Amino acid sequence: MTALIERRSFLRAGAASLVGFSMSGLFPAWAQTGSAGLAPSSPTLAGDDIHLRIANSTFTVGGRTGHAVTMNGVLPAPLIRLREGQNVRLHVENMLDEDSSIHWHGLIVPFQMDGVPGVSFPGIKPRTTFTYEFPIVQSGTYWYHSHSGLQEQQGHYGPIVIDPAEPDPVAYDREHVIVLSDWTFLHPHHLVTKLKAEGGYFNRQKQTLLGMIEGGPEEKMSASDRAMWGRMRMDPTDIADVTAATYTYLVNGHGPRENWTGLFRPGERVRLRFINAATMTIFNIRIPGLPMTVVSADGLNVRPVTVDEFQIGNAETYDIIIQPAEDKAFTLVAESIDRSGMARATFAPRLGMEAPVPPLRPRATLTMKDMGMGGMDHGSMAGMDHGAMAAGASAAAADHGSSHSMGGMNMRDKSKVPDSVKVGVGVDAIAMSPVDRTGDPGVGLEDVGHKVLTYRDLMSLTPNPDTRPPQRTIEVHLTGNMERFMWSFDGEKFSEGVEPIRFERNERARVVLINDTMMTHPIHLHGHFFEVVNGHTGSYPRKHTVNVLPGGKVSFDLTADAPGDWAFHCHLLLHMHAGMFRVVTVRPLEGEAA
Amino acid sequence: MKSLLGIVLVTIGMPALAQHVHDATEQQAPTDPHAQHQTDEASAGPHAGHAMPPKASEPKDPHAGHQMPSSAPMDAHQAHVGHEPGIPDPPVKGPSAAALVGPAHAADDVFGVSAMAPARNIVRKEHGDIKSGMILIDQLEATIGEGKDGFAWKAEGWYGGDINRIWVKTEGESRFGENPEHVEVQALWNRALDPWWNLQAGLRQDFGTGPDRTYAVLGVKGLAPYWFEIDGALFVSNKGDVTVRIEGEYDQRLTRKLVLQPRVELNFAAQDVAELGIGTGFSTAELGLRLRYQFVPEFAPYVGVEYERALGGTADFRRARDEGAGGWRFLIGVRSWF
Repeated sequence: MTALIERRSFLRAGAASLVGFSMSGLFPAWAQTGSAGLAPSSPTLAGDDIHLRIANSTFTVGGRTGHAVTMNGVLPAPLIRLREGQNVRLHVENMLDEDSSIHWHGLIVPFQMDGVPGVSFPGIKPRTTFTYEFPIVQSGTYWYHSHSGLQEQQGHYGPIVIDPAEPDPVAYDREHVIVLSDWTFLHPHHLVTKLKAEGGYFNRQKQTLLGMIEGGPEEKMSASDRAMWGRMRMDPTDIADVTAATYTYLVNGHGPRENWTGLFRPGERVRLRFINAATMTIFNIRIPGLPMTVVSADGLNVRPVTVDEFQIGNAETYDIIIQPAEDKAFTLVAESIDRSGMARATFAPRLGMEAPVPPLRPRATLTMKDMGMGGMDHGSMAGMDHGAMAAGASAAAADHGSSHSMGGMNMRDKSKVPDSVKVGVGVDAIAMSPVDRTGDPGVGLEDVGHKVLTYRDLMSLTPNPDTRPPQRTIEVHLTGNMERFMWSFDGEKFSEGVEPIRFERNERARVVLINDTMMTHPIHLHGHFFEVVNGHTGSYPRKHTVNVLPGGKVSFDLTADAPGDWAFHCHLLLHMHAGMFRVVTVRPLEGEAA
Repeated sequence: MKSLLGIVLVTIGMPALAQHVHDATEQQAPTDPHAQHQTDEASAGPHAGHAMPPKASEPKDPHAGHQMPSSAPMDAHQAHVGHEPGIPDPPVKGPSAAALVGPAHAADDVFGVSAMAPARNIVRKEHGDIKSGMILIDQLEATIGEGKDGFAWKAEGWYGGDINRIWVKTEGESRFGENPEHVEVQALWNRALDPWWNLQAGLRQDFGTGPDRTYAVLGVKGLAPYWFEIDGALFVSNKGDVTVRIEGEYDQRLTRKLVLQPRVELNFAAQDVAELGIGTGFSTAELGLRLRYQFVPEFAPYVGVEYERALGGTADFRRARDEGAGGWRFLIGVRSWF
């Protein structure tokens, strides 16, 4: 019954928190489900003083128990519910035998409260408590997670919801927080070791000779295209580094079989706050039978746009509204981008109801566009309306056409990148002709036969606060070597002692992210929201994390208004760990003369 | 039967498809106009106050636009077909002088250098400086062929970072119940040359029934186009003998677990080495074909065949010892790594 909480109650909770009343225990268990025999439900924390305790614990899913690193003993960590305009003190006690930290993902905070060890603060030593304190200057759906080692993979993450000070422009009768994540019983360092030994270790969906002869839906690639990929030593099925071969995909800490269930009354407007807290998994989300109206992206409101499916990169958040009218159950399907597995949950009027779970769709195959050749003979494709495009056929035809003209092409042409990019061991490809792919729905979603969200569908609900045109461009190349599992910006790992990316305080600049690799990278800048340049000048969606599709590029305009040092990285945790990380500096600092 | 099934499927599929199109159209219109009401008000404000860029197609009546939530972005989307969105990129430039003022590390001002410096060292190492290792038993097999049956192995292990690694290789063979005929161990330094190729240099020590030898090794190992794994090395012995070995193999996945691996090994010598039975020139060739079943990538039993043959002077040396120049053998073994 606890899930039958209405929004009014949350508002009451906010009021209660103002007098410092501890709500945990009394509060609805947001991540609880009706199924029997499951992990204890997660509590909600609110108020001006919030206590979190990071410790070793265990986590059970699919009947198996493993070691986890959790906060307050639960996975995901407690929901932190705040109110715009309040001040919050977060007391974080580290009970581990190693350093830890919490980064408040998407929250605008002073740099020293941002929680990145070695960049914003020294980290939280074992058996010590660090108190974060900052004003809450925004509202929306966010999350928090460790920025130390690979603790995030072990369960160190949780959701944050901030209620707006003004009336919420989004009307809803009920809400559910949906934390998506990926769980493995392998130690995260073993993931790294396996990937260093064999870049495609977790990919169990590679092309095969028998598959080619039988010609299944996953094998529709001509022999000449196969040969071309082989010549490049690239695998067109290399879509996710870590897959369902080891992962169980979770909704609010529940595996597919545990079937987390969110309740609704038919006819209600239900707000779903999606957070991708996964370590290495980009999800494709749909609720068969229910259109989803996207009302916010990365915590900030956007003009409502209705879609059938959307892709969510690691660390992105989307709020959607569903309005199930019938007295029946619906399945939430969150397929991993490589379609090796899915997270699954149910929305139903009553506990115990279920809807059919659709089978995994055929694994996608990378295209010429993913290879960075999108601009070569069909530049307009990037801007094509996918609704109008008889997607599968025309995309395949276009790709097929371009492959024939590829004979002697250099897939690692150093003249295509500025001198600042070090084209060495860690760079196995350079996009020859990268195109803006903000109009594309994501790998494998070109031909699914229904409307899939693209970044170009997103428009900020409120006008962009800074409409000055950018004064300079900073080009950042996303680079990697799939075989050696090396990942970097501009061909240099952070460990090599690279220069920070420097901004003058309040300068307006454009950052162009060019993905020279054949993987999607969710790129996150700390401490700022940036405007994704998607054609809607003045109403660009403002985000903290942006997916850059393979072989494509994304531009964002940034007002560098947060003095300090900030992390900038790929939010695929193991890519960051492998070196895809930079420090961004904004100077002068507070109180300094320019 | 199959075609009948096909017809049934198509017949079932058609209405389903029609239904789908229908759904997609339907969702353009909100089922409950009231539902969007609050949002509409909020978004109408900013719209009224701000001139939209000429490129984005402005809905004539903002309210009408909002009643169909997906239509406004879709219009703009279509308006940009074939265009780079937004204004052209400004020039690529470095940071201004003002961006360079202040402390090198902002957090030093708050927490002190002594607290931040060690943390900075850790964060640097944790983002790219990964050391890892692997032990690969590529072949561990029983050999069944002419003469007495025996066994053979070929394994390697490495440890290190992305560029520099320590690499150890060993191979050898023996007949059951006898002393090993040939045992070879190499200790190498491995340096990555480019995304796919590595330079390997070090020492090789041979043991076995013949005379022991020590060699200096210089080789390249890597991945050639079309996924051919190549390992080639030049050996110079402590007696001054120069030999070359080139190995190549290819993993053909028949299914996701069944892998067919053709393999070739060629040996060359710059001079006769009578003690070791090696003749000048192309000395031996080995062609193998192994079919393995990967229960997991780390564990794959296999069966295979191998044809080995000595050529030229090497074959003469063998004949002089009343041995055949070459022959077939069957293999049963396991490939494993961890």
